Amino acid sequence: MEFQDLQIMAEQERSRRKAIRIHCCTSSGCQASGALELFHQLQAAVEAAGQSERVDIVGVGCMGFCGQGPMVSVEADGVLFEHVRPEQAPEIIASLDGGPCNVKQGDHAHPFFARQLHIVRRNGGVIDPERIEEYIAVGGYQALYHVLHEMSPAEVIDAITRSGLRGRGGAGYPTGLKWATVAKSPGERKFVICNGDEGDPGAFMDRSILESDPHLILEGMSIAAYAVGADQGYLYVRGEYPLAIARLQKAIAQARKHDLLGSQIFDTSFNFRVDIRVGAGAFVCGEETALIASIEGRRGQPRPRPPYPAEHGLWGYPTLINNVETFGNIAPIITNGADWYAGIGTERSKGTKVFALTGKVRNTGLIEVPMGMTIREIVEELGGGTPDGTPVKGVQTGGPSGGCIPEALFDTPVDYESLAEVGSIMGSGGMVVMDATTNMVEIARFYMEFCMDESCGKCVPCRTGTVQMYRLLSKISAGQATAADLATLEQLCHLLRETSLCGLGQSAPNPVQSTLRYFREEYERLLRKRVTINLTSR
Amino acid sequence: MKRHQYRADALIEVLHKAQELYGHLTEDRLLAIAHSLHLPPSRVYGVATFYHFFSLTPQGEHSCTVCLGTACYVKGAMELLATLETESGLRAGSTSADGKLSLLTARCLGACGIAPAVIVDGNVAGHADPEVMRARVRALLDED
Ligand SMILES: Cc1cc2nc3c(=O)[nH]c(=O)nc-3n(C[C@H](O)[C@H](O)[C@H](O)COP(=O)(O)O)c2cc1C
Ligand code: FES
Repeated sequence: MEFQDLQIMAEQERSRRKAIRIHCCTSSGCQASGALELFHQLQAAVEAAGQSERVDIVGVGCMGFCGQGPMVSVEADGVLFEHVRPEQAPEIIASLDGGPCNVKQGDHAHPFFARQLHIVRRNGGVIDPERIEEYIAVGGYQALYHVLHEMSPAEVIDAITRSGLRGRGGAGYPTGLKWATVAKSPGERKFVICNGDEGDPGAFMDRSILESDPHLILEGMSIAAYAVGADQGYLYVRGEYPLAIARLQKAIAQARKHDLLGSQIFDTSFNFRVDIRVGAGAFVCGEETALIASIEGRRGQPRPRPPYPAEHGLWGYPTLINNVETFGNIAPIITNGADWYAGIGTERSKGTKVFALTGKVRNTGLIEVPMGMTIREIVEELGGGTPDGTPVKGVQTGGPSGGCIPEALFDTPVDYESLAEVGSIMGSGGMVVMDATTNMVEIARFYMEFCMDESCGKCVPCRTGTVQMYRLLSKISAGQATAADLATLEQLCHLLRETSLCGLGQSAPNPVQSTLRYFREEYERLLRKRVTINLTSR
Repeated sequence: MKRHQYRADALIEVLHKAQELYGHLTEDRLLAIAHSLHLPPSRVYGVATFYHFFSLTPQGEHSCTVCLGTACYVKGAMELLATLETESGLRAGSTSADGKLSLLTARCLGACGIAPAVIVDGNVAGHADPEVMRARVRALLDED
């Protein structure tokens, strides 16, 4: 494949397009709402109306507004249909020629859409993720070509460093710095791993990206492999995501067929293969050292760092591990330049972040917004507040490692530092909105149960600490606890944070500590009205 | 196994495949896998029990998995589960005596946008309503 071939393919693809293109979301969220049946009905309706020459029905990735699914959009005039039922397909086709149509229409000017900025998700809901031709038609794989022919590995790393991109898997480690470390670590072989384990409950950003634009991730991984000197990549995907796995398999096969993966890519000496590894339902496998153990076919238990995977990773070789969304930013940065990227976001958090907005909020779904937007803007403007208009109580970010942010602090901008300051974390991007009916002690108990079940059992503080904390929280919840129990709970928070082996145990107290910090009265209300016996002064 | 060239690091892939073929993993099968991958049985057993995905007991003919992830939890997944437990007489995580139905729970199916989510025999249903789900479970149990 040469650059010209890419352009020819793109041109061919554009010229075979029909006058009208109708997008029907066929990603998981909409599939669960009956999108596949709708897709077939739309095709049948086009045929029945004798419009096959003029209208194309295209199955596309996620449009983001999952709560309103199934979603259908008409490309040229930008009409958006929500909650479409299969039997409404003929109506939609007739409406192309001005027929009456009672299908619920969405509004592109709604803040939910208008205030977003799509970088990683720019192809979501626009291209058919199962056809590489569509990705190439929107400029796909040109960044890889550019990198292989016109940039040295050091220049690529420099561009990523200057862009200010930080890891989207939770911790926000500077991506350029990580790449530079792997590049300079000595090793006969090197590996690139894409972390698609996404175990945080309430998060589905990575799933949607993988389902909607798999080639974007493959291209990002290839660029990374060139930069750090790797020839083999692994995509680790949760077993709970069968559609994402199927689409990735298809994408890899297509890329291989067109020599965009494999040997001598774009007629250079660069070789790169990618294999998929399917997770088997263990949250801790999202942690990088556990994930590596799992790829090696062992129990997914973390090991102490250092050495970091960048130096001593898969089978002992230097390994680059980044999150799905991190890889999704790479090709756009190469295409548009580091300065363009560095111009978006805040001083220390650049670019955009994809969030999964869920819970007690009117507009649920995926949003991609510039870093620095405030939580209030996200929840109230994009999200539209609670469905019944009652006040929002708080929002949980970062899953079991994160915290609850009360409404009073909603003017906090979303960037790594500001969220950490208010006791939560950016995390992978789950945002669960809570209203007055949500019991904060129950939420803390829920996350502790999660951490208890998911603790891999290797280190004692995490294995037994989470059990103790869970019991205490259950006791409080049942109205059986005393002030002394609450004090013990707080002590355990510190203990786990200081002594656990990996991030799971270290951050397990976060939901408890943040709810205690902002919603302490909910705990105290549940304590037994009993004078506490002070054992020490006996 | 041939596809994976009997490599030890293919253990998890092989377990996935075996479970897909047989529905669950028996001790005999684990032993056979250990033997052909040249791994100690303890290693195979250890891996199979570590991951939630692998099951060492037979699953029901039908399965109903209720998501208890945060988004679903906030949207009433616990009440939904309680309804289904009462209706089926099963506790979450168990299978009915006649092998008809397994009632299971999961932690986030990645369908949080349409919470609460339930998977019935592999198909995800969103915005799950307790009454509708109760009827579906009843139908699965009564079917012959
Ligand atoms: C318990 C635990 C779970 C994690 N789960 C994930 C996950 O699901 N996805 C992810 O990308 N990173 C996860 N991480 C973070 C990874 O260890 C690692 O930092 C990340 O994949 C690095 O990629 P990044 O630099 O692109 O963020 C987890 C960490 C811990 C401690
Ligand atoms: S929390 Fe239930 S699908 Fe995510």
